[in-house]
Amino acid sequence: MLLPEGAPQSAVDELNRHLGLREPLWIQYGIFLRSVARGDFGQSFQYRSPALRVVVERLPATIQLAATAMLLTVLCGVSIGVVAAVRQGTAYDYAGTVLAVLGQSLPNFWLGIMLILLFGVTLRWLPTSGFQGWTYLVLPSVTLAAFPTALVARLTRSSLLEILGQEYIRTGRAKGLAEPVVVLRHALKNATIPLLTVIGLQIGTLLGGAVITESIFAWPGMGKLVVDAIFFRDFPVVQTILILSATTFVVINLLVDVLYTILDPRIRYG
Amino acid sequence: MKRLLRSPTAVTGGVLLLLVVVASVAAPLLAPADPVRPSFGRRLQPPRLLGGASASALGTDNLGRDILARLLYGGRVSLVLAASAVALAATAGVIVGLAAGVVGGRLDDLVMRLADVQLAFPVIMLAIAMVAVVGTSPAALVSVLALSGWVLYARTVRANVLTIRRLEYVEAARTLGASELRVILRHILPNTLAPILVIGSSQFATMVLLESGLSFLGLGIQPPQPSWGAMLAEGRDYLSNAWWLATVPGMAISLVVLGANLLGDGLRDVLDPRL
Repeated sequence: MLLPEGAPQSAVDELNRHLGLREPLWIQYGIFLRSVARGDFGQSFQYRSPALRVVVERLPATIQLAATAMLLTVLCGVSIGVVAAVRQGTAYDYAGTVLAVLGQSLPNFWLGIMLILLFGVTLRWLPTSGFQGWTYLVLPSVTLAAFPTALVARLTRSSLLEILGQEYIRTGRAKGLAEPVVVLRHALKNATIPLLTVIGLQIGTLLGGAVITESIFAWPGMGKLVVDAIFFRDFPVVQTILILSATTFVVINLLVDVLYTILDPRIRYG
Repeated sequence: MKRLLRSPTAVTGGVLLLLVVVASVAAPLLAPADPVRPSFGRRLQPPRLLGGASASALGTDNLGRDILARLLYGGRVSLVLAASAVALAATAGVIVGLAAGVVGGRLDDLVMRLADVQLAFPVIMLAIAMVAVVGTSPAALVSVLALSGWVLYARTVRANVLTIRRLEYVEAARTLGASELRVILRHILPNTLAPILVIGSSQFATMVLLESGLSFLGLGIQPPQPSWGAMLAEGRDYLSNAWWLATVPGMAISLVVLGANLLGDGLRDVLDPRL
């Protein structure tokens, strides 16, 4: 696979020994674990440099995209959810729900392509692929944010509705607090815990590399790298990305768990 | 069932899904042309429905193939793959979850830690990595999709078993001398069906998305076999002069996913308001 077709047997033997493919599988795995513990993820076949470095070089692009998408998600998702909950049963609520269902159902690769078609090809307002400034960030981050925004909006709406029916909200209103204060200070604050869980999970997923979105927009992040690496059979890079994204995911969830105890002093981990 | 028919979300979703399923099953009857054979004389013709001069209702693609025909046949592939994946994931997940919940102890620990490990990887990433190893045959794709979906069932069923097995009627059955197997199959399993159904129909949406995502990246069903994701990917290269190539298959995917999501929401409202 890594040698030209019809390479002499001696070259094959040499490569096998070099890559340690002669050892039994469990010894190979042991060697792999030991090197990973030392921070050595092997050499990228494609770039002829350490796999870890190849991956880390792509991190800034992925983080930039994920952060923008997350910002959009929180801003739009929470505000749509709040409006829908406060104006429950009105046209706003209905529009928000339809938007949320659509956001969860439109495949992001199609949404991305439709955005390219509209803003890139027909209107020519925005660049459609590459990575050279903030205008390049608009379409991919909107594409990426659509699904989590819908999720956050639905969750905000349902948890707010539940909370708005509680006694202390009625107390707040009864003592003459302005409605925005009641909703934002008293109700929304208590809806943060479930929201935080979902947002944490989504950040983990986004940081793992938005494989499809990055591929559509030729965004030079980890997601694009992993697809390229698979077509090139560059397994050290694929492994590195998998390990890295799983670690990120676990760390973020841990952070969320820690945040719980800060936000809600009643939660204690024994 | 009656309550289900009165839920507008469930009915809308069900009808949408049913339409697409019927159209795909009847593909050989409905398709106006061969979905695979190219005909270079009629490349990139716009859809007749929009006033195009073409003989094809939804236009033709870059190789002159009829898009409606490809859409119908592609739907068969996508739906069958997604449905088999859901069935396989549900079966495996339910068995594993039952075993973990009933046997407990070491097995339970092992299964739940495995589930935790798997949940730490983004689904699409895991699927892509697995496809890279096992290939893109339909059987391999179904296994990959199923492997990414069993955890949900296993966790739910296990949690259910743990609550149900302490209930009085289960104790009663046991006192009356029912065997362990009979208790599991007759008394515990039927009571976990509702959440399984809810998860299944929402997961069908996820599976269709995942499958078409994989074939969009070129890691799914291989050409010339039509598949929605791959049609979208091909259409991407013709956005400036033939927008319908990418638009049409995307609409089909969205319809199915929307249908399954609505059905799932409706089912959940009816069957299990707590979820």
